[in-house]
Amino acid sequence: MKKLFEKIEYIDLFLWLIRAAIIIIVIWGTVATILDNPYSTRQWTDFVIFGVAQGSMYALIAIGYTLVYGVLFMINFAHGEFFMSGIMTSTVFIAGPMAATGFLNRHPIISLLIIALFSMLVSVGVAILTERIAYKPLRKAPRLVPLITAIGASLFWQNFYRGMLGSNVKPFPQFDILAGSIPLLGTQVLKTHIAVVLVTIIMLIGLNFFIMRTKTGKSIRAVSEDKDVAALMGIDVDRAITITFATGAAMAGIAGVLFALVFRQVHFFMGFTPGIKAFTAAVLGGIGSVPGAAIGGLFLGLFESIGPSLFLQSLGIPAFNQLKDVIAFIMLVLVLIFRPQGILGEPLAEKKA
Amino acid sequence: MPMLELNDVHAYYGNIHALKGISITVEEGEIVTLIGANGAGKTTTLRTITGLLKPRTGSVILDGEDLAPYPAHKIVYKGVAMVPEGRGIFSKLTVRENLDMGAFSRSDVDGIKQDLERAYELFPRLKERESQISGTLSGGEQQMLATARALMARPRLMLMDEPSMGLAPVLVESVFDIIQEINKEGTTILLVEQNAHMALQIAQRGYVLQTGEIVLSDSADGLRKDPMVQKAYLGME
Ligand SMILES: Nc1ncnc2c1ncn2[C@@H]1O[C@H](COP(=O)(O)OP(=O)(O)OP(=O)(O)O)[C@@H](O)[C@H]1O
Ligand SMILES: [Mg+2]
Repeated sequence: MKKLFEKIEYIDLFLWLIRAAIIIIVIWGTVATILDNPYSTRQWTDFVIFGVAQGSMYALIAIGYTLVYGVLFMINFAHGEFFMSGIMTSTVFIAGPMAATGFLNRHPIISLLIIALFSMLVSVGVAILTERIAYKPLRKAPRLVPLITAIGASLFWQNFYRGMLGSNVKPFPQFDILAGSIPLLGTQVLKTHIAVVLVTIIMLIGLNFFIMRTKTGKSIRAVSEDKDVAALMGIDVDRAITITFATGAAMAGIAGVLFALVFRQVHFFMGFTPGIKAFTAAVLGGIGSVPGAAIGGLFLGLFESIGPSLFLQSLGIPAFNQLKDVIAFIMLVLVLIFRPQGILGEPLAEKKA
Repeated sequence: MPMLELNDVHAYYGNIHALKGISITVEEGEIVTLIGANGAGKTTTLRTITGLLKPRTGSVILDGEDLAPYPAHKIVYKGVAMVPEGRGIFSKLTVRENLDMGAFSRSDVDGIKQDLERAYELFPRLKERESQISGTLSGGEQQMLATARALMARPRLMLMDEPSMGLAPVLVESVFDIIQEINKEGTTILLVEQNAHMALQIAQRGYVLQTGEIVLSDSADGLRKDPMVQKAYLGME
């Protein structure tokens, strides 16, 4: 018994040392950078704007992880593919032909709406298919089983799209109205970045209304608390779960469009990195919490875009900008170690899994 | 025709034989109580009625119709509501949202509004706390909420699983008063209780459940006078 206590203390001590070391490195790097002052205010503003735009996309994707986790306590690792499937299909079958005929830039708003709607529908369709075929039969299985299935589903969709649409990178057409930048906040801001942030805000407001105010939204929250009691209210639990998947996928479908507008290309593997980043964002914000996913996404986007320059540059690391992804995943590990419940989440122990 | 009829119901949790041939009837307008020790199978009996657990053999019949083909969420639409054991409120939803969920099966907006007012009349405390997150209510208030929520379905048959559990004696009294009032307004009640003393005061009939079997069934008066009941459930020697 006594031995056990000593052991726990050693682990605590070790964690505290890591924590202290990280804080020291961050402070040291930050102070050095500030003293050194290698960037102008305008450059910092650019970092922030880029971070917010990137973070917005993470936030939209993160919603799907957090909603599904909320109702099923399952990490849906195929969610990145829900994101990819919509915009891939939409690019190849809608945006491409529209651009080729010139319709795209003659009627940009209509085109964008059609592309977005189609992307959303395909993402939702892929999500519902996956849920019905791969997840639903495993509802009562041990928790590890759906997790493995999700990884399988992810590989399935990647290879399905690779097989059906080819493995080359596909260009997403340029919208003339979104080309270039406008002066804002003392710098030039890309129009696409502005579009990303605006669309994200609209989607989040819409989502919040749906979850908090509508009968269906309330029933999803009821299901995520207690499935048996929800059924006693007359709520069709399976249907609520399907709607939850569909809602997350709709958000991911829109995120896909934003992604394509910013990066102007799509491919079958494009869901992987944003998927894992968004998962990180969801954990960071507190998985299961919708506002948490939004905040986590924003936070991660900002951290990635500012972090390397702020903490790492002055430490003499040569290619510090290449460490963006490393930073994101170090952050995931740190969150899991020090605050597993995330920024807004509640302690996992309280959950009645 | 009885409103509710359980015929020789056998139910299992995996290999555990929890109900070993339960037969119960409840007539329209009655308060019937089901008493028994911990683990006797009271909650399980209610779960077979609501469809959360399907009997392996035997049947559950409501208004002459076998409920076997209906999943739990469909049975609510037939007029059965439940106040679950341990209240089972949605603790992250507000009081009002919990009541909204109680009315999930309905679409008659006016009727729902009336019943909401009625629920607030029965439980004024809930109206004061309408927009409070219900996890922060006191135990007694949560019990009120669970009862009010079941009423929001405007059920014809209400199943109540230990509504007095964990309540102070004064509150127990008022819960039982309210059960009687609900019953007078026309709702049939099947009441599961550990507090046999109170339950037998308001019920017309009762069943005694022991390790998954009905060992006794009689009028409430008859049960109160039964030496076995007196000894085991009423704490008399
Ligand atoms: N989910 C379950 N899995 C396995 N066994 C269960 C489950 N639920 C109940 N049981 C068993 O079934 C039997 C009946 O349980 P039930 O909950 O119906 O008892 P009860 O009469 O409601 O008791 P209490 O007064 O303690 O609530 C018990 O032996 C219990 O251990
Ligand atoms: Mg019980």
